[in-house]
Amino acid sequence: MQSAGLMQSIDWFPFWLSLRVACISTLASLIIGLWLAYLLANRTFRGKELVDAAAALPLVLPPTVLGYYLLVAVGRESAFGRLYEWAFGQPLVFTWQAAVVASMLHAIPLLVKSARAAFESVDRTFEMAARNLGASEWRVFWRITLPLARRSVFAAGVLAFARSLGDFGATIMIAGNIPGRTQTVAVAIYDAVESGNGSLARSLVLAISALSIAILYLANRIERRKQAA
Amino acid sequence: MIEARIRKRFPPGPESAGFLLDVEFQAGPGVSVLFGPSGSGKTLTLSSIAGFVKPDAGRIQLDGQILYDADSRVCLRPQSRSCGYVFQNYALFPHMSLRENLTFAAVRHARLERYRAVSEMLDRFELGPVSGRRPHEVSGGEQQRCSIARALIGNPRLLLLDEPARGLDLPLRAGLYRVLRQVRAEYQIPILLVTHDLDECFELGDRMLVLREGCLVQTGTPSTIRERPASIEVARLLGLTNLFRVEIVALDPGRDQSRLRFEGFELSAAYLPGHLIGDKVWVSIPAEELRVTSGTRPGPNQASARLVRACQRSQSVRLEFEGELSVDVPRAEFEKQKHNKEWLIEFPAAALRVIEGGVTNENTR
Repeated sequence: MQSAGLMQSIDWFPFWLSLRVACISTLASLIIGLWLAYLLANRTFRGKELVDAAAALPLVLPPTVLGYYLLVAVGRESAFGRLYEWAFGQPLVFTWQAAVVASMLHAIPLLVKSARAAFESVDRTFEMAARNLGASEWRVFWRITLPLARRSVFAAGVLAFARSLGDFGATIMIAGNIPGRTQTVAVAIYDAVESGNGSLARSLVLAISALSIAILYLANRIERRKQAA
Repeated sequence: MIEARIRKRFPPGPESAGFLLDVEFQAGPGVSVLFGPSGSGKTLTLSSIAGFVKPDAGRIQLDGQILYDADSRVCLRPQSRSCGYVFQNYALFPHMSLRENLTFAAVRHARLERYRAVSEMLDRFELGPVSGRRPHEVSGGEQQRCSIARALIGNPRLLLLDEPARGLDLPLRAGLYRVLRQVRAEYQIPILLVTHDLDECFELGDRMLVLREGCLVQTGTPSTIRERPASIEVARLLGLTNLFRVEIVALDPGRDQSRLRFEGFELSAAYLPGHLIGDKVWVSIPAEELRVTSGTRPGPNQASARLVRACQRSQSVRLEFEGELSVDVPRAEFEKQKHNKEWLIEFPAAALRVIEGGVTNENTR
């Protein structure tokens, strides 16, 4: 009885919020990440390697540094922040949408790296053949390159989702820690430990660990099946 | 009608020697074979025409439409060149069935007509029963027919084939030649076929373009090129046997005779028009036109030689003598003579072919 009461008292909002943030962040990252990866894999332009390095930067910078950059870039005083406020009637910072932006910053580098490698591993003669048969670049990408690289891209998407689920540093800096509004799992766990709420911390930790293991297992299986095929 | 003048330079790099492709040719309906050794620029020529590679200079024109012109900076995308291309490994999309491969290529057909056009093409190339399968689930011959069908379904004005018979066993090769002859009969378009297989040139070629080190060295029908190679290099590329440099010591137009000297003995041959006494020319002697007998004392037009080795071939036996002289004899003939101790080689007067252009070529070397 006691444990049931304990379970009821746990607020699962951070868990669901993290899932929602991760889903939206993954979808948005896929669009931007695949586009960037396609450019890097297929086009030659000046500063290409610089773009590649910049895309990988969030993997190595401290999350707080990223959060600071984000605050500068999308804060209320910035051009983007003003535009967002004008368009949606509220500032971006300290909303759960800001957590999405923070997560994307971690998901996009993973996607760009893996997707570029996946696109480059597609045999160029297939793309040449498609162009020769009159297919536009758009059609070549959707019908040839992406389907042939689909397993690696899907696995990269799953990893990006897992990474989006657990962001802490950048999230707390631009989305803040507002319970019931912007408090994601990672932030909630930190909050719970700080305030001595051990059972809440334990529950969230176990839940997020189980989910992450399941996701990584899935990603590995997809990769393995690719090798078998 | 394809008219091409292509020039493309690859500067020498740390790991590769430089390469310069410089070719100019025209080809009408029928099969034109681009023949040459590996690295002679055959595939590069096809890629330039298809638009995968941009030449440095020149002009490519197909049925009057300019595909590439360096002077006016025209360079059409591969998508708008309407050149069918059959890749060496076929490049069938592995994630699509054969029907889907053809449908993908049928974009220029009206939507409602597409299904019928694809079905028709599948039937024409005998792919109907396997049309639902993926490329890796069908035989090599079917993959090959599918790649040709896919290249043709958009009604191209030119068909380019990059070594389609490479790595195929003999029955598949025969099948491919049958299909290509059918294509040549049904489509009145130029077909450019890249190969380094000589038999393929004779099997399929209406015309032959011989490439060497990025340059066209001779064009003409395969039989003309074989009979009259333009230079000693072409003769070597064609695998002609018994290439010798001889000196003309006597010419007698009245009796249609000439005498040639090489390596210490003299031979009679037919009269050689257009040459002077003292000229040195290259001659080739087809290995199958020489005869061998046993004996020690050479008669007229005979020479004694020492056998180095006898190579068994599928149809005949090739006898290799000292001085790089080869003679092909039928198997039965070899069985009769294989215990010869001394060999005499007889040169029939008609067997000697002078390689015109051999003279000038020697001087420029």
